Amino acid sequence: MFSDQQLARKSLQYRRDILRWIKFAGAGHTGGSLSCTDILNVLYNRILRVSPATFGDPGRDRYVQSKGHSVEALFVVLADRDFFPASELATLGRYQSHFVGHPTRKVPGVEQNTGALGHGLPICTGMALGGKMDEADFRVFTLLGDGELAEGSNWEAAMAAAHYKLDNLTAIVDRNTLQITGPTKDVMSNEPLADKFAAFGWAVTEVDGHDLAALSQALSAPLEPGKPTAVIAQTVKGKGVSFMEGEYKWHHGVPNDQEYVQALAEIDAALAISPGSDL
Amino acid sequence: MSAPVFSMHSAAAMAIAVRLGLRFGRPNLEVFAETLLTLALADRRIVAVTSDSRGSAKLGPFGRALPRQIVEVGIAEQNLVGVAAGLAAVGKTVFAVSPACFLTARAFEQIKNDVAYSNNRVTLVGISAGVSYGALGTTHHALHDFASLRAVNNMAILAPADNFEAQAAVKVAAASPAPVYLRFGKAPLYDLPSAEPFEFGRVRRLAGGNDGAFIATGETVIHALLAAAYLEERAGLKCRVLSVPTIKPLDAPGIMTAVRECRAIVTVEEHMVNGGLGEACAGLIAQAGVGTRFKIVGIPDAYTETGSQADIFRHYGLTMEGLADAMRTALDA
Repeated sequence: MFSDQQLARKSLQYRRDILRWIKFAGAGHTGGSLSCTDILNVLYNRILRVSPATFGDPGRDRYVQSKGHSVEALFVVLADRDFFPASELATLGRYQSHFVGHPTRKVPGVEQNTGALGHGLPICTGMALGGKMDEADFRVFTLLGDGELAEGSNWEAAMAAAHYKLDNLTAIVDRNTLQITGPTKDVMSNEPLADKFAAFGWAVTEVDGHDLAALSQALSAPLEPGKPTAVIAQTVKGKGVSFMEGEYKWHHGVPNDQEYVQALAEIDAALAISPGSDL
Repeated sequence: MSAPVFSMHSAAAMAIAVRLGLRFGRPNLEVFAETLLTLALADRRIVAVTSDSRGSAKLGPFGRALPRQIVEVGIAEQNLVGVAAGLAAVGKTVFAVSPACFLTARAFEQIKNDVAYSNNRVTLVGISAGVSYGALGTTHHALHDFASLRAVNNMAILAPADNFEAQAAVKVAAASPAPVYLRFGKAPLYDLPSAEPFEFGRVRRLAGGNDGAFIATGETVIHALLAAAYLEERAGLKCRVLSVPTIKPLDAPGIMTAVRECRAIVTVEEHMVNGGLGEACAGLIAQAGVGTRFKIVGIPDAYTETGSQADIFRHYGLTMEGLADAMRTALDA
């Protein structure tokens, strides 16, 4: 198991790698990948019982990234977990590469093909239901964007997951409050979000989505027996790069050379002073 | 029982059905439900998922016998297909059952992505397809499903014409390593005479002849069969009748054999003429570089009339007489 310090360093390294591969590919969803980096870090390094060796095991935990556009974060974390060599990400977005702009099962470690929004929660509801039918003990996680929650299919699934008491299901909302057009509250407001999930019959908690300890705590076990868990992770779009934070134009913005150098310098500075830099 | 009259459009058609010794069977949906129950009793991995459609799908007995193998999602077709994909992803053999009109339109993106693209082993069962719900209006017609699903990679399409084909199709779907769309109507059907087995991806020859060939699918096949007998009786024409239970993948050799051996082709389907069996055959024939007299009979691209399935079939010439006329026209062209 990694210490909190080691995990914090991983987040910085992940952010560095996300920027590097997006810059190399010349395309990517920068803002959302940076907002969910800490969530994926905690999931893959602390919570999910899954590894390259056990990926074919029917009893493995499942993670389906419903906000598929933040795929660069997922690829970077999967590479770090040895699902494939990180060097393969040099083909990101290239002709005939498996590393396309949304998750596909051709990439080792990816459970389901996603990208169209509003699909992850219904699929995960089915997976969790199948687990219950078989009395299996695996858990199922999905990551939703907050803008994505305007898709009605999420709420069809939310209703069904509560109906079937799927406490083996956890939906994490990457609540970065921004979507491609602007602030989510202006595009289509979804507050009171916690109340919405609660009204649908879910157990809900809100956490700082960049607090690794708080995320670990929130994701370590179902919140309440007999209810699916919603973890609303308050995050910052573009987290970790000063000029990207909170700016919706970085939804799928790619840094120019000068911005890239500055972004990496900021992350490297943070790495230099982070505890465990001598590890 | 009035049901035989329901699918027959004239006394002449009925007389020919009697002369051919056709026996009246049951609605394919009943055969589907019974077959699925038999399979599911022997295989606990089989799960039916319904969207308030258990009764419509004749799955009441299934639900009572195997309550742990049926999942209700309520009136929510997108979730129906997403949940079905998730169940399949954790090892279930899933039959997602809903009226074809809703299943294949409302949940099309889930079908395309969660089932086909992710290759989750789900059989989508479109019930009361075509104009089975004819009198309920266009909202309840499914005349687009062949066209839309033909345009989705990794999706087989099966449309059985009688109880024999229905039972075989359900078994094929249950054993399929890839997604399948099964299309069923609502009406009781005649058992079609054929010595040929049901094979996935193959046409079945119901009648021989080299003058013209009817290439028909689903609940229209009976009318093509009657039309062939009618043409022989009235005009001495010997027409071949092919039932096409597999719309995709289409049996190219089976269809091209008929094209090469017969003087005219008439395709018949309970589907809009755009993008269905007829256009699939037309594309095949054109790309084979073969010229033939060719006519597509289906529901035209127009505001669809309402009424019973039989009324609508009659209106658009999906009858023994209408198809015989279509063949004569094609042969004379």
